[in-house]
Amino acid sequence: MTAHTTYEPKTAIERWLDTRLPIVRLGAEVLEFPTPKNLNYWWTFGGILSFCLATQIVTGIVLAMHYQAGGASAFLSVEQGIMRDVNYGWLIRGIHANGASMFFIAVYIHMFRGMYYGSYKAPRELLWLLGCVIYLLMMATAFMGYVLPWGQMSFWGAKVITNLLGAFPIIGKPITTLLWGGFAVDDPTLNRFFSLHYLLPFLIAAVVALHIWALHVPGNNNPTGVEVKSKADTVPFHPYYTVKDGFAIGVFLILFAVFIFYEPDALGHADNFIAANPLVTPAHIVPEWYFLPFYAILRAIPDKLSGVIAMFGAIAMLFALPWLNTSKVKSMRYRPTSKVYFLVFVVVCLILGWCGAQLPDDAVIPALGKTGINLIDSDLNSYVWLSRIATAYYFAYFLLITPILGLRETPLPVPDSISKPVLAGEAAKKD
Amino acid sequence: MGASRASPVSLKAGRIEGELKVAESLADSASNPGHAGDDPSRRDFIHIVAAAAAVGGAAAVAWPLIDQMNPAADTLALASVEFDLSKVELGQEVTIAWRKQPLFIRHRTPKEIAEAVAGDHADLKDPQTDAERVKAGHAEWLILLGSCTHLGCVPLFGQGEYGGWFCPCHGSVYDTSGRIRKGPAPLNLAVPEYAFLNDKTVKIG
Repeated sequence: MTAHTTYEPKTAIERWLDTRLPIVRLGAEVLEFPTPKNLNYWWTFGGILSFCLATQIVTGIVLAMHYQAGGASAFLSVEQGIMRDVNYGWLIRGIHANGASMFFIAVYIHMFRGMYYGSYKAPRELLWLLGCVIYLLMMATAFMGYVLPWGQMSFWGAKVITNLLGAFPIIGKPITTLLWGGFAVDDPTLNRFFSLHYLLPFLIAAVVALHIWALHVPGNNNPTGVEVKSKADTVPFHPYYTVKDGFAIGVFLILFAVFIFYEPDALGHADNFIAANPLVTPAHIVPEWYFLPFYAILRAIPDKLSGVIAMFGAIAMLFALPWLNTSKVKSMRYRPTSKVYFLVFVVVCLILGWCGAQLPDDAVIPALGKTGINLIDSDLNSYVWLSRIATAYYFAYFLLITPILGLRETPLPVPDSISKPVLAGEAAKKD
Repeated sequence: MGASRASPVSLKAGRIEGELKVAESLADSASNPGHAGDDPSRRDFIHIVAAAAAVGGAAAVAWPLIDQMNPAADTLALASVEFDLSKVELGQEVTIAWRKQPLFIRHRTPKEIAEAVAGDHADLKDPQTDAERVKAGHAEWLILLGSCTHLGCVPLFGQGEYGGWFCPCHGSVYDTSGRIRKGPAPLNLAVPEYAFLNDKTVKIG
C-alpha cells in the first residue's frame, strides 16, 4: 500500500505507536484510500460480504456454546436445545442458517459484477484468484455446517458429497475413508466436520485480508473499466463509500430480516426436521440452493467420474477466467455483443440451479409430455436434457465465447478517463 | 546458513595473520582433503543431510496428524454380525445395519433367480454372473451392501425396469442380482464378505 494519507500523528501515544506499529496510520490509509468516484451499487457487495462473514463468525461462536457434536446428541441439541430451550437460540440460529444463504446471494452478485466489469483482468488477476479461493472455502464451510444439525438432508447430503471424491481412481477410496473415519458417514465424520466448520471461517478471514490487500495495490476497478488517471477520478473511501456501503448493508438487512422473522425455514428442506437415519434415503435428495447449479452439472453427465470432473471443472473455469478473456476492453458497458452472451450466461446459471432442484427424468414442459425422442438415456423433454444444454453453454461461455469474442468483437469507444464521459455528457447537454 | 556465511568472515580475519597461512592451508587441503573445514562438497553434504533430516522429521510428525482421521480401533471392531435367515420369508427383503451401513438380505423367488441368470449374457457395465454373486447352493439368498455405487444412497427394491433396485437419488437401476443395468452408478451393488455357518445362519464380515 502506498501512502495516500495526510495522516500526521498528533498525540504523544500516536507518535509513539507510529514508529513502532503504525496501526493508526494503516487505519487512516484505508479510510482515505482513493476510490474511483463512479462506483455503482454493484460495488457495495464487498462491504456486504464483510458484514456477512462477521455475522456468521459471531453467531457461530455463540451456537457452538450450545451445540453437541455426536450422532446421538446433535439433532436434539439443535432442534430442542437451541431452537426451544436456549434464550434467543431460535433467533441466533435463524441468523446463522439464513446468514449462510445471504452470504451466497451476496457472493454470487459480487462475482457476476466482477465478470461483467472485467474486474479480474490485469492487474487484478491475483485479487480475483484470492476471491475464488474464498469462494471455495465458503462452499466447504457451508457444506460442513449444513451437516451439523444431523437431520436426514444433513446426513445424506454428507454421504453423497463425500462419495463424489470416491469417483477418482486409486486415491478416491482412501480419501473418503479418511474423511469419514469409518465405513460410512458416522459420528467421527460429524465430529471432524464440526472442528473444520469452526476453523475454516478464520481461514476465510485471513484470505479476505489478503483479498483486500490485493485490492489496495491496484485500487478498485470501476464501471468504465478505465484505470484511474488522476486525483480527479477519485474520492476518499470515507465518507463517500462508508456511507454508500452502509446504506446498502441497511437495505440488505431488510431482506435478511424478512427471512429470519417471516420465512426462517424457506431456504431449508423439510426432511432436515427428521433425525438422520443411515438406513433410509429421503425420496429426493437436494443440496442447499447455492450448490444447485453444480449439482445439475454433476447429474447432467451420465458417467460418475466425468460428472465429478465436470462439477469441479465448472469451478476451475472461474480460476482460469483472467487468462481466457482476450479482450482489451475491461467493462462490458463498451462490449455490446459480450453483454448479450453474459446475460445469457447469468440466465443459464439460474436455469442450472432450477434443474438441480428437479427430478432428472421429469418433463420440463409437463403439457408436452414425452416427446418420444429418446437421446442417449432420457427423453428430450426432461430436466436432464435441459441441464445438458445449460452445462454445454456454461463451459462454452468460458472456453469458446470469452476467448473468441475478445478477439472478434468491435467494442464501443472507451472514454479516456473516468471523469471524461461525465464532462463530455455535460458539455453535450449545454450544446 | 550460519555455517556457510562463516567461511568468508574467517578468511578475512585470517588475513591479519598473513597470506602465508592461507597458502599453507590451501596446500594442506590439497594434500589432505579430509582435514579442510570449508571443503565445498563436504559442506553441501551437510546441508543435504540437514535438509533431509528436517523433511523426514516433518513427515514423521505429519503422518500421525493425518492417520488419526482413518477409522479408529472401536470403529474397526464393529466388523462382523451374525444373522438368522429363517426370519426372512420367500420374496421378502430385510435390511439390517452392518458397519453402520444398510445391508440387504433378500430371499429371492425362482423367477428372480431365473431373471438374474438370464441377465448373465446381457451387455453389462460391470460384468459378473449371478453365480459369482451368491454362495454355491444358496442361490435364493442374495446379500448386498445397500449403498448405491454412485453416491451412496439406499436403493429401493421393486422399482425400475429390471425387477431389482432403483436408486431414488440419480436414477441408477439394478437387476435381481444387484447388477448395475442403467444410470450413472459405475459398479454392481457390493456383495460383502460372508459365510454360511449352517443352512439358517450367515456371518457377515
